[in-house]
Amino acid sequence: MTRHEGDEKRRRDDAGRPALSENDPRLEPARLDTERRLLDRTWANGRGLIAWISDTDHKAIGRRFLVTAFGFFTLGGILAGLMRIQLARPENTFLNPDLYNQIFTMHGTTMMFLFAVPVVLAMGVYLVPLMVGARAIAFPRMLNYGYWMFLFGGIFLYVMFFLNTGPDAGWFSYPPLAGPEFGYGKRSDVWAQLITFTEVSGLIVATCLVCTIFKLRTPGMSLNRMPLFVWAMLIVSFMVIFAMPSIVISSTCLILDRLVSTHIYNQAEGGDPILWQHLFWFFGHPEVYIIFLPALGMMSEVIATFSRRRVFGYIEMVLSMAATAFIGFGVWVHHMFTTGLPQFGQSFFTAASIMIVVPTSIQIFNWIATLWTARRLRLATPFLYMASFFFVFIIGGLTGVMLASVPLDRQVHDTYFVVAHFHYVLIGGSTFPLLGGLFFWFPKMTGRMMSERLGQASFWLLFVGFNLTFFPMHLLGLEGMPRRVYTYQAAMGWERLNLLATLGAAIIFVALVVYLINILVSLRHGAVAGDNPWGASTLEWATSSPPPPYNFSPQPTVASREPLWHTELTPPPIVGLDPSKREVLVTYLLDAEPDHRYPMPGPSLWPFLAAIATSGMFVWSIFQAQGVVWGSIPIFVTLVGWFWPTKGKKALQHGVHGRLALGDSLS
Amino acid sequence: MPHFQSILHPAGIQAARVSHLWWVMFWICAAVWCAVALGAAIAIARGHRGTSMASERQLGTSVAIAGGISVVALVALLFQSVVTGRALDTLHSPDALVITVTGNQWWWDVQYDHPVPSLRVTTANEIHIPVGRPVRFNLFSNDVIHSLWIPNLQGKIDLVPGRLNELWLRADRPGVFRGQCAEFCGLQHAKMALVVVAEPSDDFERWLAGNRAPAPAPITPEQQRGKDVVERGPCAMCHNIAGTQAGGRSAPDLTHVATRSTIGAGSLPNTRGYLAGWIADPQHVKPGNRMPPPGLRDEELQAVLAYLETLK
Amino acid sequence: MTHLREGYGGRGPVALDVSALPNYAFGHRSLMWWATACMMVIEGMVFAMIVMSYIYLKGRVPHWPPSGPPPDLRWGTVNTAILLASCLPNALAKKAAERFDLTKVRLWLVVCLVFAAAFNAVRFVEFSALNVRWDSNGYGSIVWVLLGFHTTHVLTDFLDSSVLTALALFGPMEAHKFVDVSENALYWYFVVLSWLPIYAVIYFAPRIV
Repeated sequence: MTRHEGDEKRRRDDAGRPALSENDPRLEPARLDTERRLLDRTWANGRGLIAWISDTDHKAIGRRFLVTAFGFFTLGGILAGLMRIQLARPENTFLNPDLYNQIFTMHGTTMMFLFAVPVVLAMGVYLVPLMVGARAIAFPRMLNYGYWMFLFGGIFLYVMFFLNTGPDAGWFSYPPLAGPEFGYGKRSDVWAQLITFTEVSGLIVATCLVCTIFKLRTPGMSLNRMPLFVWAMLIVSFMVIFAMPSIVISSTCLILDRLVSTHIYNQAEGGDPILWQHLFWFFGHPEVYIIFLPALGMMSEVIATFSRRRVFGYIEMVLSMAATAFIGFGVWVHHMFTTGLPQFGQSFFTAASIMIVVPTSIQIFNWIATLWTARRLRLATPFLYMASFFFVFIIGGLTGVMLASVPLDRQVHDTYFVVAHFHYVLIGGSTFPLLGGLFFWFPKMTGRMMSERLGQASFWLLFVGFNLTFFPMHLLGLEGMPRRVYTYQAAMGWERLNLLATLGAAIIFVALVVYLINILVSLRHGAVAGDNPWGASTLEWATSSPPPPYNFSPQPTVASREPLWHTELTPPPIVGLDPSKREVLVTYLLDAEPDHRYPMPGPSLWPFLAAIATSGMFVWSIFQAQGVVWGSIPIFVTLVGWFWPTKGKKALQHGVHGRLALGDSLS
Repeated sequence: MPHFQSILHPAGIQAARVSHLWWVMFWICAAVWCAVALGAAIAIARGHRGTSMASERQLGTSVAIAGGISVVALVALLFQSVVTGRALDTLHSPDALVITVTGNQWWWDVQYDHPVPSLRVTTANEIHIPVGRPVRFNLFSNDVIHSLWIPNLQGKIDLVPGRLNELWLRADRPGVFRGQCAEFCGLQHAKMALVVVAEPSDDFERWLAGNRAPAPAPITPEQQRGKDVVERGPCAMCHNIAGTQAGGRSAPDLTHVATRSTIGAGSLPNTRGYLAGWIADPQHVKPGNRMPPPGLRDEELQAVLAYLETLK
Repeated sequence: MTHLREGYGGRGPVALDVSALPNYAFGHRSLMWWATACMMVIEGMVFAMIVMSYIYLKGRVPHWPPSGPPPDLRWGTVNTAILLASCLPNALAKKAAERFDLTKVRLWLVVCLVFAAAFNAVRFVEFSALNVRWDSNGYGSIVWVLLGFHTTHVLTDFLDSSVLTALALFGPMEAHKFVDVSENALYWYFVVLSWLPIYAVIYFAPRIV
C-alpha cells in the first residue's frame, strides 16, 4: 500500500467505514416502503406560493429554468419574425430603423443570454444529479437564487425594452457606439447589466454542477464510468467559470465609462475600443462552445440508447470535448480579423480555428461508427433530431472553417454569410439536439410520452423551414448583403432570397407551435411512461417517472458504465442515510468511494429575497453610482438571514471524534 | 441579380484572389459534406437493419482513417488560406494612389492626398480610381467603428477611432461598383453606402483635375440666388463648397456634388426630384441622420437646386 | 427498483451501509472546499483579465502614467504588510476549527477581523494616494478598476467573515460550520495571495517598465 493509500485508509478507519451487510433487513420491501414514506415527508416541499418559491429540489428548479428559457426563446423568436417581415421587401416600412435596431439587438441578446446558455445548463441541473446517482444537487439554495437572478434579469431587459429603452447596439455592444458619447440614454447600460444578471446565474449553476459531479457521484461511478452527458456538463461548467469573468469585467467597465466617466474604451484619453472586442470575444467564443457541448452530450446519450449499444470510443469522446473546450479559449481573435490587427497574430488564430474542427470531427466519426453497428436502430423522433445534426451542423462547421481564413473572412465578415453560419451551428448543433433531448427526457420529467406523430411532423417542418430560412443567407452574404441592416434597396436584387428566408421563418414558427402543442397535449393525454420507456442505460432511468424529490430509494451504486444494461453486475445499493434529514452521500473524487454524509439544506425563502435585493442593487446602480453602496445593504441583510443556521438543530452527530460532548448545542 | 456589390464577381486582383480561395474551399467543403452525409446516411440505414458485423477494431481503424483524411483536408484549406493571405500582401507599391477615407455617422469623407496641398481633392461618398494602378486607402473614423467594404474589389477593413488602418486594392477592369459600411454604426448603418468608379487612367486624371477646381461661379440669377441661400442659410454651417463662403466640415463636401451619381451616401439617385425631396426633408429618407430640415421656402429650394446643379 | 436487486448470487440482498460515516469532512473532501475553489478560479480570472487589460492599455500609449507621478508606495506597502501579517491569526483559526476548539476559533476569528478592518481603513487612504483620478485618462481608469475590484473582493470577504465570527460568538455551531470556518480561512489565503501580483502591477509596473 502506498503512503497515500495508507493515509486514505487511516482517514476512513478513524471516521467510521462503509460496510457491506448481507441479508440486510433494510432492503426488505416493507422496510423500504417505510423508509420511502419517511423520505417523502422529509423531502416534501409543501404547497402554496411560498413553498413553490422556496423549493430546493433540483428537478423543480431545472424544470423552471427550462420553462423560463423556452419562454425567452419564444420572445426571441417573435423578434426574429418581426425582423423577417421587415426584410421580406426592400425599403419596407414595417419597422422604423430605431425599432429594428432594438429588435435585432434584443433578438441576439435574448437568444444568447436568456435562452441558449440557460437552457443547456437547465438540462444539466435536471439530469446530472440523477445521472450520477445522487439524491440532490450541491448547494440547492444557491441554485434557487441563481434561477431568480436569471428570471429577474430577463424581466428587467424586457420591461426596459417595452419602455423604449431596449439596447440597440447589437448583442455584442461595441463601443464607441455603445459608449457614453454615442449610446444614448440607458440602453447600453440595460444591456450591460443584463449581462451581470445572467453571468451571476450561470456561474452559480456551473459551481453547483462541478461540486455535484466531483463529490456526489454514487459509489462505483469512478470518473471513467460517468455518462458522456455528465462529462459534457463538467467541461461546460469549467468553461463557464473560466470564460464568464471576462464579460463581467468588460460589461462593468462599459457601465463605468458611461456612468462615471472612466476611459477604458475611450481612445481619446488613452483607452481603446478594441480592448472591448478582446475582452468580449475572449468570453464570446467559449460561450458558443458552452452552448454546443451539452448538445454533444445529449447526442451521445440518445444515439447510444437508440442504437442499443454504448457509444464507440468513450475515451476519445471525452478527450474530444475537453480538447474542443480548451482550444475554444484560443480562437477569439477570429471575430476581429477586420480590425487591422497584425497579420502574424491573425495566422495563429486561423490555425487554431481550423484545428478545433478536429476533435468535433472525431466525435462525429465515433457516432457514425456507433450507428453503423447499432442493433436495430429505432428511428423515433428524438433520434431524428440527433440525426439531422449530421446534415445541418456540418454545413455550419464547414462555413466556420471558411470564416477561419483571414482573406475570406475579410470578405464575408459582417454579412449574411456569417448570419447563416452561426445559425447553422447554433440551431443545427445545439437547438436540434436540444429538442430531441427534450423529447427523450420528457417521459422522465413528466411521466408521459410525447406524441410520436406530432413529433415527426414538428421535426420535418423544422428541418425544412430552417434550411429554407438560412441557406439562402449564404448567397445573400456572398452577393453583398451586410448584417444588421433594417432595409435594403430594390436595385440590389436581394429581394427574392429575403422573401424565401421569411417564408422559411414562417414554417419554423409552425414547427415550433406543433412542438408546443405536442408538449401541452402530452402533459394531459400522453401515454403513461414507465421507469425506462426507451430502454436506456443510465441511472436517471432507474427510478420512477417523474422521480420522487429524493431521486432514489435505495440509492443505487454502479459497477459499469451502463448500469441498466448490466444488471448481472448489480452492486449493493446504499442504506444508512438518515431518512429524517435530507442526507446525501459525499464520495471521493476519483473513485467515488463513500466519504461522509452531508445534510442538505431544505427549502428557504432567503434565496428569493436575496435575489430581489441583488436585482434592486443592479438596477439602481445603472442610474446612480451610489446605488452600488446603498443597494448592497439589503443584499447583506438577506445573505445573513440565509446563512444564519436555524435554532434547535442537534449540533453534533454520533461518530464525530472531538473535544465536545456529543449532542450538545454550542450556543 | 445585379453583381455590382458581389464577392463572387471580382473586378480587381485582391477580390479575384479571395474569390479563387472561396471556390477552392467551397469544393473541398462540399466534398467533405457529401462524404460525411453519405457516411451518416449509410450508417443509419445499416444500423436500422442491425446486421453489421464490424468489430470494434475495424471501427477504430475506420475512425482513424476518417480523422486522418479530415486533417489532410483541413491542412489543405489552411495552406490555401495562408497562400492567399500572403499574395494579398504583395500589392504594396511606392507609386500607389493614396486616398484617405474618414468614416462618419453615416457618410464617407474622401480625400485624395498629394504632397502639394492645392492639388488635394476632397469629396464624399463616391470614389474614382484608375484601372490597373494600386490604391492605398488610409482609414480613419471620426466617431464610432465603421468598415469600408467594396466586395468586387477587396475585403473589408474597419475604420476605428484612434487608429489608422490600411486597405490595398487595384481595379483591373472599368466599372461602377457599390460599397457599403459593414460594421454596425448606429441608426442609419443600413444606408451608409458608397459608389466606386473604376475608369481608365485618362478619364480618372480628368475627373481628378475637375475636382481640384473650386466651385464654378453661378451664371443665371436663380443660381446666384441659390448660392446666396446656401452661403447665408443653414447649409453653410455643415457643408463645404470650395470658393464660396460655405465652409462647414461636418457634412459631405458639396463642391462637385453634381458629378456624383447618388446622394445621402448611396441612399438616393442624384436627380433633381430626389435631391429636392432630400433637401426638403432629409429625415424622411434617412431618419436619424445628422441633417436637419433646412426650412427653405419653395422658391429658395428651387434656387438652391439650380445652384447645386452647376456644381460640376 | 427491482431490477437493481437481481443477481445477488444467492447471498440475499446485500447493502452498502454508510451509517457509520461522519457527517462532516475538512479540506478537499468537503463540498464547501470545492465551491470555494470555484470561487477562487472565478475571482482569479477576473483579476487576470483586469491585469491583462492594464498591460494592453499600457502598450497603446508612449508614457505610463501618461502624466503625473505613479502611485505612492507608502500606503500600498503598509497594506501589503497588514495582509501578510493577517495570515498568522488566519492559520491559527483554521487549525482551531479543525480541532473543533470553539474558544480558540472565536479568538482567532476576532483577531482576523481586526486585521481586515485595518486593511479596509488603509485601503481608503490608498485610493487617495494613487495620484490619479478614475476619470483622468485610461491609465487612471484601469488602476481604479483594478484596485476597486480588489477592494470589493476584500470588503465582501470582510463582511462574510464577520458574519461567521458573529455566528461563532453567538450562534449554534454545528460540525459543518467548523468546516465553513476552515474554508473561509482558505479563501482568506487566496485573498492575500491574489493581492501580491495586483500590488506589483499597480505600484511597480509604472516604475520599472
